[in-house]
Amino acid sequence: MNSGIPVQYFLILATVMFFTGIYGFLTRRNLITILMSVELILNSVNINFLAFNRYLYPHKLEGMFFSLFIIAVAASEAAVVIAIIINIYRRFTTINVEDVNEMKF
Amino acid sequence: MINFSYTIWIPLLPFLMFILLGLAGHKLKPKLSGLLGTGGLGIITVLSYITAFKYFFTSEKVDGAYQKITALNFTWLQFTDKLHIDLGVLLDPISVMMLVVISTVSFMVHIYSLGYMKDEKGFERFFAFLSLFSFSMLGLVLATNIFQMYIFWELVGVSSFLLIGFYYQKPSAVRASKKAFIVTRFADLGFLIGILILSFNTKTFDFITLTNPAGSAIAQGGGIVFLGLSVMTWSMIFVFMGGVGKSAMFPFHIWLPDAMEGPTPVSALIHAATMVVAGVYLVARMFPIYALSAPVALNVVAWVGAFTSLFAAVIACTQTDIKRVLAYSTMSQIGYMMLALGVAGYGGHEGLGYMASMFHLFTHAMFKALLFLGAGAIIHAVHSNYMTEMGGLRKYLPVTHITFLIACLTIAGIPPLSGFFSKDEILAAAFHSNKLLFAIEYAVAGLTAFYMFRLYFSIFWGKDTQYHHTPQEAPATMTVPLIILAVGSVFSGIIPFNKLVTSDGKILESEIELMIAIPSVLIGLLGIGVAYIMYRKESAIPDRLAATFKYGYKWAYNKFYIDELYLFVTKKIIFRYISDPVAWFDRHIVDGTMNTIASVTQNFSFRIRAFQSGQLQKYAFVFITGAIMLAILFIYLWK
Amino acid sequence: MDILSLFIVIPVLTITAIIFLKDAHQVRLVSAFGMGLQLLMAASLVFLYLAARHAGNSDEMLFVKDYLWFKSLNIHYAVGVDGISVAMITLTSLVVFAGIFASWEVEFLRKEFFVSLILLATGVFGFFISIDLFTMFLFYELAVIPMYLLIGIWGTGPKEYSAMKLTLMLMGGSALILVGLLGIYFNSSPGGSQLTFNILEISKVVIPLPAQRIFFPLTFVGFGVLGALFPFHTWSPDGHASAPTAVSMLHAGVLMKLGGYGAFRVAIFLMPEAAHELSWIFIILTSISVIYGAFGAIAQKDLKYINAYSSVSHCGLVLFAVLMMNQTAMNGAIIQMISHGLMTALFFALIGMLYGRTHTRMINEMGGLMKVIPFLSVCYVIAGLASLGLPGLSGFVAEMTIFVGAFQHPELFYRIVTILAVSSIVITAVYILRVVAILLLGPTTNEHFEHLTDAKWFEKISAITLIGSVAAIGLAPFWLSTMIGTSLHPIIEKILALNPF
Repeated sequence: MNSGIPVQYFLILATVMFFTGIYGFLTRRNLITILMSVELILNSVNINFLAFNRYLYPHKLEGMFFSLFIIAVAASEAAVVIAIIINIYRRFTTINVEDVNEMKF
Repeated sequence: MINFSYTIWIPLLPFLMFILLGLAGHKLKPKLSGLLGTGGLGIITVLSYITAFKYFFTSEKVDGAYQKITALNFTWLQFTDKLHIDLGVLLDPISVMMLVVISTVSFMVHIYSLGYMKDEKGFERFFAFLSLFSFSMLGLVLATNIFQMYIFWELVGVSSFLLIGFYYQKPSAVRASKKAFIVTRFADLGFLIGILILSFNTKTFDFITLTNPAGSAIAQGGGIVFLGLSVMTWSMIFVFMGGVGKSAMFPFHIWLPDAMEGPTPVSALIHAATMVVAGVYLVARMFPIYALSAPVALNVVAWVGAFTSLFAAVIACTQTDIKRVLAYSTMSQIGYMMLALGVAGYGGHEGLGYMASMFHLFTHAMFKALLFLGAGAIIHAVHSNYMTEMGGLRKYLPVTHITFLIACLTIAGIPPLSGFFSKDEILAAAFHSNKLLFAIEYAVAGLTAFYMFRLYFSIFWGKDTQYHHTPQEAPATMTVPLIILAVGSVFSGIIPFNKLVTSDGKILESEIELMIAIPSVLIGLLGIGVAYIMYRKESAIPDRLAATFKYGYKWAYNKFYIDELYLFVTKKIIFRYISDPVAWFDRHIVDGTMNTIASVTQNFSFRIRAFQSGQLQKYAFVFITGAIMLAILFIYLWK
Repeated sequence: MDILSLFIVIPVLTITAIIFLKDAHQVRLVSAFGMGLQLLMAASLVFLYLAARHAGNSDEMLFVKDYLWFKSLNIHYAVGVDGISVAMITLTSLVVFAGIFASWEVEFLRKEFFVSLILLATGVFGFFISIDLFTMFLFYELAVIPMYLLIGIWGTGPKEYSAMKLTLMLMGGSALILVGLLGIYFNSSPGGSQLTFNILEISKVVIPLPAQRIFFPLTFVGFGVLGALFPFHTWSPDGHASAPTAVSMLHAGVLMKLGGYGAFRVAIFLMPEAAHELSWIFIILTSISVIYGAFGAIAQKDLKYINAYSSVSHCGLVLFAVLMMNQTAMNGAIIQMISHGLMTALFFALIGMLYGRTHTRMINEMGGLMKVIPFLSVCYVIAGLASLGLPGLSGFVAEMTIFVGAFQHPELFYRIVTILAVSSIVITAVYILRVVAILLLGPTTNEHFEHLTDAKWFEKISAITLIGSVAAIGLAPFWLSTMIGTSLHPIIEKILALNPF
C-alpha cells in the first residue's frame, strides 16, 4: 500500500504547520487568533501521528486513535476556550492578550 | 537537757502577725493592728528573756563552756546529699544575746511607734512591716546554717527596703530605699559567692560543723591556694563582703545615711540597733573559721572596721541633719565592733576582742536606739531634722533632754555608764594586738565625744530659736520607751559579759586596765570640753574653724564625694556604657542581623518576581525556548 | 480513656463547644469552665502521681499508654509522665487558667480568640505528655502556629511584623529540631532492629558519637530558639510587646518552657556524650543570655520589653543549669522553669491590667500608681520581688538550687562562669526596683490617673492564683524539689554512667 508520497513530505508539512502555529501563538495579540494557532499546532501533531502510524506500523491503529482523541479534545477545548474568551471579554471588554495580565505578582 | 523547742514561736509569731496584718490589716482599726503588733512583740520579749535566763543559768556546761544547742531543725530544701538548707533554731551565747537585744529594742520601738506614727496613713502597714522585720531578724540570729542566715539576710534587706520607703510618695524616700536595697544586694552577691565557695570546699552549710574548732572544715587549713590566698580565705573575704554591705562599712556605707529618710522608729530599730549589726554578728558567727583558718580575712575585717570608724567619725563632725549625724555615728561604732573582732583570736585571753565586740554590740543597741528615739521625739516636736534650726530645747522637752544626755554620755564613754565598759574592752583588745589600730580608735573615741556633744549642745542649749509652735514633750507612749532604754544604757555595763559571751564559751578573765581606761576617759572629756566651748553658746569658732580648714571641711561635709563616685559608676558607666550599648547592640546588631536576613530574602523575591509578569505569551516564549534548548541539549550535546 | 489523654480531650471538647456556641458571652464562661476542669485534673494528676510513687511504683514514666498510628515509620501516640512533666502540666494549667481570666474583656472576635488560645494550650499539654518524639514535635507545631494568629489579629503595635518575625524564627527552630529528631530516629537502633521515636527506648541505646556531634547542636539550638538562647532571642521582645495579655502570659509562661523542656528531655537526655563535649560552647552562650538579658532590661522603657529581656535572662539560666548536667542544677532548672513561668505570667497579666487602665506601657509616662490602684501595685511589687529572688517566693528557690548545683561542677571554668551568672541577681534587682520606683512609688504624676479603678473580680482571680502558686513554691519547696529530684534520678544516672566526670 505504498502510495509513493515520501514520509518526509508529511513531516515537512507538519513542521511548517507547527512552527507557523508557534509563531502565531507568540506574536498574535488577539485571543481568537491564538486559539487558531493552537489548533494549527494540534493538527500538525495529528499529521505526524498519522504519518508515523502509516509508515512505521501499518497494521496497528494506535496513531489513528490518538488523532481521533486529539480531535475530540481539541473540539471540546475550543468550546471551553471560547467560553473563557467570552468571559474575558465581559470582564475586560477586550480580547487583547496583553491587557489580560491580572495573574501576576 | 532543757527543752527549747518552744523557741520556734519566737520567729514564727511575728511572721503570723505579718500575714495577719498584711492581709487583713486594712479591715482592722489602725489602733487595733498597732496593739496586735506590739502585743505580739511583747510575748516574744518575754519568751526571749525566759530563753536567755534558761540558757545562761540553767543549761549544762561542758568543760565550763556554753554549748551550742540546736533546739529545732528541719530540712527545707535538699540540694545534694550533703548540702541542704535547713530551717531551725540554734541557741548559743551570741544568738541568745541577740534575741534579748532584738526583742527589747523592737518592743520599745513598737510602743514608741504607737505614739510617733499615730494618725499616719498606713499605720497598719507600718506595723505589718515591723513584724516582717522582726521575723526576719530573729530568724537571722537563730539560723542553724549559713544558708538560712542568707535567706533571712535577704528578708531583712527587703523589710528595710519597705520601711525606708514607707513614705512612698516622697521621692527622696523612694530613692533612698532603692539605694539601700541595691547596695546591700551587691554586697550580698559577695556573701552568696562566699557561701558557694565555702560549701564547695567543706560540703556543709551547718554552723556547728563549720565552726567546730576540731572539725574538718577548719582542719583542712584553708584548702587549695588560689591567687596567693587559700580558698578558705577567699570565701571568708567574700562572706565578709556581705557583712560590709549590711553593716554599712566602707565602701558600702553610702546607703545608711540616706536610709534616714525612713520613719525615725525604723531608723532606731533597723539602722541603729539590729539590722546593721548583722554584719558583726555574721563575723562573730563564723569567728572560729576566721581566727583559725583565715587570719588574712580577719585582718581585712580589722582594717575595714578601723578605717570606717575613723572615716565616719570625721564626717559626723560636719553634718547638720541630726539623724545623719547619728547614722555616721552608728557606722563609726560598728567599725569599733568589727575592729574588735578583727584583733581577737580564738579562745583564752586572745578572745578579749570577741567578747568586747559583743559587749559593745549590746550596749550600743541600747544607747543608739535611745539616741534615735530621742531624735524622733525632737523631730516630732520641732518638725525639722536640722540642728541649725534648733536650740534651747531643754526647756520644752525635759524627759527627752535627760535621756538624750544620758545616751550622749554613754557613747562618749564616761564611767560608770555602760559605753565606758564596752569601749574600754575594745581599746584594750586593740592595744594588745596592734598599736596603730589602737591609736586610730583612741582618736575616734575623742571625735565621738566631740560630735555627740556638738549635737547635744546645738539642740538643747545654743541659741534660743523661735519656733512656730511651742515644742511639746512627746506623749507617754514615746517617753516611756526612752526612760526604759536610758535605764538599760546606764546599767547594761554591769552585765558580766566575760562570763557569758566569749569566743569559746568559757569564762574569760578580764578586768579594767587603768592604763587604758584613764586616757580614754580623758580624751572623752576633752571632746566634750571642746564641744562645750564651741556649741554651748552661739559662737563664731565653728565657722572660723571651717573657714581655716576649708578644703578638709568641704570634703568631709560632702562625705568625701563617695556618693558622687558611686553615682558616676552607676549612672555613667553601668547605664551609659554597658546597659545602653547592650540595648543598642541587641536592637541593631542581633535583631538587625535577623532583619537583614529577612530583608535580603524579601529583596531577592522582589527581584525575581518580574518573571511573573502575567503576559501569557512571555510565559509561552520562555517555555518554548526552554523546550528547544533541552531538545538541542539532548540531541546534540548529550551524546 | 486514660488520664493523660484527657488533657488533650478536654481542651478539644472545650473548643468544640465554643465553636457551636451562639452567644458570645457564654464563650468565656465555657472556656473558664474547661480550663478550670483542666486545672482540677492537673491537681488530681499530682495526687495520683505522688500516690503511685508512694505505693512504690518506680517506673521511669507513669500512666504510659501507647497506640500505633503510622506504621511504616513506627510513629506512636505514646504518652507518659514523670515528676518533671507533672510539674510542667500543673504550671501550664495554672497559667492557662489565669490567662482566661486575664483576657475576660476581649471584645473583638471573642470566640475565635478563645479557640486559638485553647488550641495553643492543647499543643502545650500534648507536648508535655508525649514520649514519642514525632508526636511531641506534632504538638509543638500545634502550639506555635496559633501564636501567629493570636499576635497578628489581637495584638497591638506593629503586630504583623512581630507575629511574622516570631513565627518565622520559631519555624526556623522547628526545622532544626525536625532534622535533629530524624537524625535521632535513624540512629535509634544501631543493632539494626526496628527504628523508633520512643524516648524511653532511645534512651536505652547509645547513639553513635559522630551522629550525636551533628544532631545535638541542631536539637539544642532548635529548642534554644524557643528558650530564648542568645543570639536567637530577638523574636521575644517584639513578640511580647505586640501580643495581647493572655498570649504574652502563655508565651513567656509556658511556651518558652517548651524550649527548656525539649532541650533537656530530647537534646541532653538522648545525646549526653555530645552534650558533655560541647557544653562549654553553650554554657558561654547561655551565660551571655543571662547577663546580657539583664543589662538589656535596664535600658528599656516599655514595660513589656523589660519583661521580655528579663525573660531572656531567666530562661538563659534554665538552659545554663541544664547544661551543668548534675542533679542539683537540673532540678534547679526545672524549678526555675516553673517559677519563671508563674511570675512572668503574673507580670504580663499585671502589665495588661495596667495598660487597660493607663493606655500606656511607657514607664516614664506613669508614676505614683501605688496610691491609686493599690491592689495591682502590691501584686506588681510581689511579682518584682519574686523575680529578683526574694526568699519566700519561688524565684529564690529556683535560683539558689541552680547556683549551688552549678557550683558543684568539678571543673574550674564552670564554677567561674557560675559566679558570673550569680552576679545577674544584682542587675535584676536594679531593673526591678527601677521600674517599681518609677511606676508605682512617688507622687502621682498624671492627673488622669487619679480616677483609675482597682482590679475587678476576674483580674483578682488571675493575680491571686499566680501569686498563691509563687508563694506556695517559695515557702514549701521541698515537695516540688523532691518530686522533680526523684524523676531526675534515672536521667542523671544515665548521664553519669556515660560521662564519668
